[in-house]
Parts: sequence; structure tokens; C-alpha cells
Amino acid sequence: MKYSIYSLIRNAFSYHEDWPQAWRSPDPRSSYEVVIVGGGGHGLATAYYLASECGVRDVAVIEKGWLGGGNTGRNTTIVRSNYLWDESAAIYDHSVKLWHGLSQQLNYNVMFSPRGLLHLAHSVHDMQEIGRRGNSNFLNGIDAEYLTPQQVKEMVPFINLNCRYPVMGALLQRRGGVARHDAVAWGYARAADALGVDIIQNCEVTGFEIDDGTVKGVRTSRGNISANKVGCVVAGNCSVLAEMAGFRLPIESFPLQALVSEPIKPIIDCVVMSNGVHAYISQSDRGELVIGASSDAYNSYSQRGGFNVIEDTVGAIVELYPIFSRMCMLRQWGGIVDVTVDRSPLISKTPIKNLYINCGWGTGGFKATPGSGHVFAHSIAGTDMHPIAAPFSIDRFNTGALIDEGAAAAVAH
Amino acid sequence: MFLINCPWCGQREQAEFSCHGQAHIVRPKNPNDLSDEQWGDYVFFRDNPKGIHYERWVHVHGCRRWFNAVRNTVTDELLVTYKPSESAPELEN
Repeated sequence: MKYSIYSLIRNAFSYHEDWPQAWRSPDPRSSYEVVIVGGGGHGLATAYYLASECGVRDVAVIEKGWLGGGNTGRNTTIVRSNYLWDESAAIYDHSVKLWHGLSQQLNYNVMFSPRGLLHLAHSVHDMQEIGRRGNSNFLNGIDAEYLTPQQVKEMVPFINLNCRYPVMGALLQRRGGVARHDAVAWGYARAADALGVDIIQNCEVTGFEIDDGTVKGVRTSRGNISANKVGCVVAGNCSVLAEMAGFRLPIESFPLQALVSEPIKPIIDCVVMSNGVHAYISQSDRGELVIGASSDAYNSYSQRGGFNVIEDTVGAIVELYPIFSRMCMLRQWGGIVDVTVDRSPLISKTPIKNLYINCGWGTGGFKATPGSGHVFAHSIAGTDMHPIAAPFSIDRFNTGALIDEGAAAAVAH
Repeated sequence: MFLINCPWCGQREQAEFSCHGQAHIVRPKNPNDLSDEQWGDYVFFRDNPKGIHYERWVHVHGCRRWFNAVRNTVTDELLVTYKPSESAPELEN
């Protein structure tokens, strides 16, 4: 069913009780052309683009929990593409371009709001960093504007410019913003399902069928499923899956926390990030302030984190925005982020033939959801990796061709 | 936040420490003979287990000395800490 003003009116007459399910919940078949492991945003996007653009409709998405219950539903929903290196700029801007037409394409409101995104600079080094990155963005055709402290004050009137680390300037990407994270998973799921993709929830992968170095299928908690090709699109568990398949990844997993406040009236209409004091903030459509921080600095799969990290983050927020000092925080949660050494993802073939991985997005994978799924689908469907995906090969850690966004921004993102 | 038993100065708050990843990585004895893959593996690839993890910590805001720890990465429970000169204790998952 196409969602529209007419379907809304039609269903109003039946008190909205007769809406069909947005996607089916089929039992897994015994074989598929392609099996995607992981029903988060990236996995569902991969399945959607396989079916809609690559002509591969015999696809299953296998999810151990529920759709978008992992990092898709745990992030702070920030979308931007102002990265330093050419390879990153290519994939993140590919993604931003897809974000801009996504609601129409999926017939599902993902609430993408390109409201503008500020990176604050608090030191001479920060100013040099945004200067270098902004220039790099210009060369890659990505919008970037330098703001003076006064211009920052005009956009965020309640900011305290003369705080412990005074605001010296900012880099603005107007095409950046936020989207509704759950809606992205649901929109892709519904659109993929309509094209014949089977979405199988509560089905955990327990191993791979591998014969002579070639993947033949997956073992799951609901039986074995054979497949010609398998794509692993997981976060917070990719090392465990790689171990099942018998290889290692250049990845370590850390908890990353976020928190939201009680809802208040509209106060902040852009996203403000600061790498210097490492806190970022935006306001959701429900009115909550959405606040993010740095990851806890030890390996963990515990999906929580230390209180000291929240304390640091909230301290930085209150210093920059004293107006928020008496607000109550409503919820706090953690997700597990898989971080590579160079803070760039792995979109790659693996030592196992026909087994592909798309993981290691670290602390900033949400923004890349459409672009990541798009290039990964084309890589799985074709014989060679998509040109935008190719530099993110796992081989870069042997050749030395790293895409060092970690060093570029001095923080993970 | 958890309490960490520094083998040099006893139990202190986690805020005094910082974690530096997998322990017991041995530098190759014959660096000239290593292939790119072997170097890549030594420099960038790490164990990332869901369960028992052997890792290095430093008491950065205390005695500033290094030590090793065994921690369960599912529960964040610190099981054992020991000095770098000691061999790794065997623990079941």
C-alpha cells in the first residue's frame, strides 16, 4: 500500500484500525541468492538496493533481535559529509545526496532534516583543523562555511562563547542535519519487503557453512540457510562473526553512550558538535535535547558504560550552554561500536570467497546508512567492489593505504 | 565505573587508570623477514573477544606504572590484575 494523504483519510474512516503490516514476517526458506546478516539500517538498505537497483530479489535479511534494535536505534541521528579525506568525502557525500530524496524514494517519512551542522573550534589547533578540513571539503564539492564567533552566536543565541575553552570559530555544513533513526530502518524494511525481500527477525546466526574456502550458507537458530553470497552488515558483533568464519578483523569494540533530556520548547534548530570538548547536541522533534559523547576507552560488549563519561559530557554541555544546567536527563543508554584503527569502515571482500563484510563504522555509521547500503549492494551483486567502496578494503591494513579519519579529527566519529 | 586493583598500589577508582588494549603482543624477533600481511597483523589486528580479555592498563593518575588485567568484556567484571613480569593466568570463559 502506498502511503499518502488519501490512504490516511481512507483509514481515518476505520479509526486507523485496518492498516496493513508494514512488512511480512516470513519463515526462512532453505536457500536464497543473497543472505544479509544484520537487520539494522545498513543491512536493510543493502537488501533494498539489491532488490531495487541490482535485480537481486531472492534476498533474506537475518536479524538476531528486532529491526533497528542495535546501533541504528541507539545513535544521535547526525547526518553530515564534511570529512577530510577524499575516500571518506566520496562515500559520506554519496550518502547525503541519497538522504535528500530518501523519504520520497521509500514512500516513508524518514524525517530527514538538513538543519545545518556546526563544528566548534576552541583553540588555534581547532581553527587550523577546520580550516584544512573546510578546504578539503571545497575541493570535493562539499558545502562548508566558516563562521566567526558572532555568527555562531546568531545561530545559537544562548551559547557561552567565553567559556573555559572559548569558541574561536566554527565550520558549518548546511546540508548536514538529523533524521529519525527508527524510521530509516522501518522505511528500508518496508520498501525491501515490497520488492520480495524476506526479513527474518529473532533469528541468530550461529555459524557459516564454508566449503573449500567458499561460503555456502549460514547456520542460524532457525535452521540452516544456504546462499550463493553472504553479506555481514553488523555492528557491535563483527569480530565474533569473523571468528565464526575463521578470520580476524582490525577492529575493537567499545561502549558509546548517549542521553536525552526531558522535552522542552524549541530552542536549538541546528546540530552543534565540538571535537575540542567532545560533546554534541541537537533537539529532537519531540523536544528532547539529544546529547552524545566520546566512547568509553576499554573493550566491552556490555551495552552500557561508565558514569564518568556521562559526567564529562554533561560538564562540557553545561559549560558551553549554561542555560541547560538545571535540566533533567530522561534516558541514558549505550551501544557497542566497532572501531578500526584508522576510524574508517570496512566494506570489503574477506578471505572467504563470496562472504562480504560491511562493518567497523565506529561511532558514526548512521549518517552513512543509504550510501553504505547502496555501494555494498552493488559490490555484492557485481564481481568487483563498487569504486566508492573499494578503498575501504580490509587489505588497506596490509598495504598501508589507511584512510586516517581518526588522526584527521583527533577523535572518533 | 569500577574499582581496579593496581598490583603496585592497591584498589583505586577506574578514573585513575587508562586502558591500552590487548596484552601479551610479542614484537616480531625477525622483522626483516616479515611479509606485509604479517606486519599488518602485528600492528593493526587485535583479539576482540566477547568474554575473557587480557589487556594492558596504566595507573596514569597514580603510580604511573603499567600492569595487565583479565576482564570479562560481557559483564565488565575485572577478574585479575598482575604485574607485567608475571605470566598470564589461565581463566575459563
